[in-house]
Amino acid sequence: MSKLYNVSLSPHIRAKDTTMSIMLDVIIALIPALAVGVYVYGLRALWVIALSVLSCVACEYIYEKLLKLPNTIGDLSAVVTGLILAMNLYSTAPWWLPVLGGAFAIIVVKMLYGGLGQNFMNPALAARCFLLISFPTIMTVYPTVDGVSSATPLALLREGTLTDFGTLFLGTHSGTIGETSCAAILIGAVYLIVKRVISPRIPLCMIGSAAVFVAIFGLAKGQDVGVSFIMTHILSGGLMAGAVFMATDYVTSPVTKWGQVIFAVLIGFLSAFIRMYGGSTEGVSYAIIIANLLTPLIEKATSPKPFGTERGAKA
Amino acid sequence: MSKVFERLYNGIIKENPTFVLMLGMCPTLAVTTGAMNGLGMGLSTCAVLMMSNLMISLLRRFIPERVRMPAYIVVVASFVTVVELLMQAYVRSLYASLGLYIPLIVVNCIILGRAESYASKNPPLVSFFDGVGMGLGFTLALTVIGAVRELLGAGTVFGFRVMPQSFTPISIMVLAPGAFFVLACLTALQNKLGAPSATNKKGFTCDGRCSGCMDKSCSMREESDKE
Repeated sequence: MSKLYNVSLSPHIRAKDTTMSIMLDVIIALIPALAVGVYVYGLRALWVIALSVLSCVACEYIYEKLLKLPNTIGDLSAVVTGLILAMNLYSTAPWWLPVLGGAFAIIVVKMLYGGLGQNFMNPALAARCFLLISFPTIMTVYPTVDGVSSATPLALLREGTLTDFGTLFLGTHSGTIGETSCAAILIGAVYLIVKRVISPRIPLCMIGSAAVFVAIFGLAKGQDVGVSFIMTHILSGGLMAGAVFMATDYVTSPVTKWGQVIFAVLIGFLSAFIRMYGGSTEGVSYAIIIANLLTPLIEKATSPKPFGTERGAKA
Repeated sequence: MSKVFERLYNGIIKENPTFVLMLGMCPTLAVTTGAMNGLGMGLSTCAVLMMSNLMISLLRRFIPERVRMPAYIVVVASFVTVVELLMQAYVRSLYASLGLYIPLIVVNCIILGRAESYASKNPPLVSFFDGVGMGLGFTLALTVIGAVRELLGAGTVFGFRVMPQSFTPISIMVLAPGAFFVLACLTALQNKLGAPSATNKKGFTCDGRCSGCMDKSCSMREESDKE
């Protein structure tokens, strides 16, 4: 990654992975989900995606130019941030929304804290939450699908209307650009898992725990909890996209095995809690950034004991 | 007389309680949702600060060292009560919007800090003007932060529309996170311009009081240690 001379212990075999190759894989995995978004919501969605990516890359370039730092836009991480941010926006967003979001993600959340690897929460999600709090009305203008503007499946579910599974799976319903089609997200997930960019641990634990907690809270509220209720919760909103592309971010998720499990279950719990008891219908992005903040604590609690130390002895 | 002006300059610019000393962060972050609230909070703190500095300076030979903190609190709390009742009687809308933060002036770090580090060691007149300077510095800082937040978060300053109608207010700016953003940006801007700020020690004087100072790397420190 860097051109520093590394002094390290054996073995000296290095993987060929670089930040750029990993980011490229993530971009490839994001393409199906975004392509469905463009297909369903029209060229307007492509415009939002392009603006968001351009804004992220331009902000990183300008910031590094102004502060005379080495140029890092070649590692493609800003492109990924831009794509994930666009994925979380509705295609109805005015032009300045992705631009402002990209600037916030890159400058405030990423560069001010020291660039890639130093950011304490997922930049794209932090920017999404910033936009959602700043412009609550603009951020929830539902796009039109086939000429009809309707509420998202989660908003409909709150009123007691279930959306058909086929629609949820293919993504031909109202929602943000990249989160709607479960089929496309699964294609991306399979690609990332086969290429070993992500492990399935976080996505599976997160979706599984969200399902369990949605059922528990549903029963606690006396709702009609059935298979269709739970499946609608899993397939709609940002849960799938969040589990595959956002919660698995290397920088902001724990590195230890059990840490990842705790992290994922925490996100599942918070998502279900916000969805069932919160003021807004969707809570996955808040759940992920809250868990991001707890990552250092989770890592500390689950750090492995050094080999050879005595039981109970302090390392 | 020059001492009086020196105190005013010191409080407003050189050791501005918000931007340089980083004291009183609680009201700074909480009530600056608009320029008017910032101004109101700043002026009421200023009123308490100058009176308490004067009173503590007058009493400085009578307050025993061991009970000085409770004594200061009693003095400060009395003035805060006076200010609170006056505000309740004459500026009801401001009183309502500042709410709980008026009684909390009692525990404002700036007031206790000035009592402890200045008023208890200096004669009444300069202590009074130290309070005026610090109070005005605090008022200036709060008004500026409030104005920026109101401008971005509502498009107005002191209730007058400044931004064009097409501007969409960034409502996070009038919520809690906005206070942190604006304070950080203003402090960074001051740093960049070379003005005194919490992280820019150039032109920052400590009056040689090394005993209570945390800065181990200070160049003044060695000199006073040698003496």
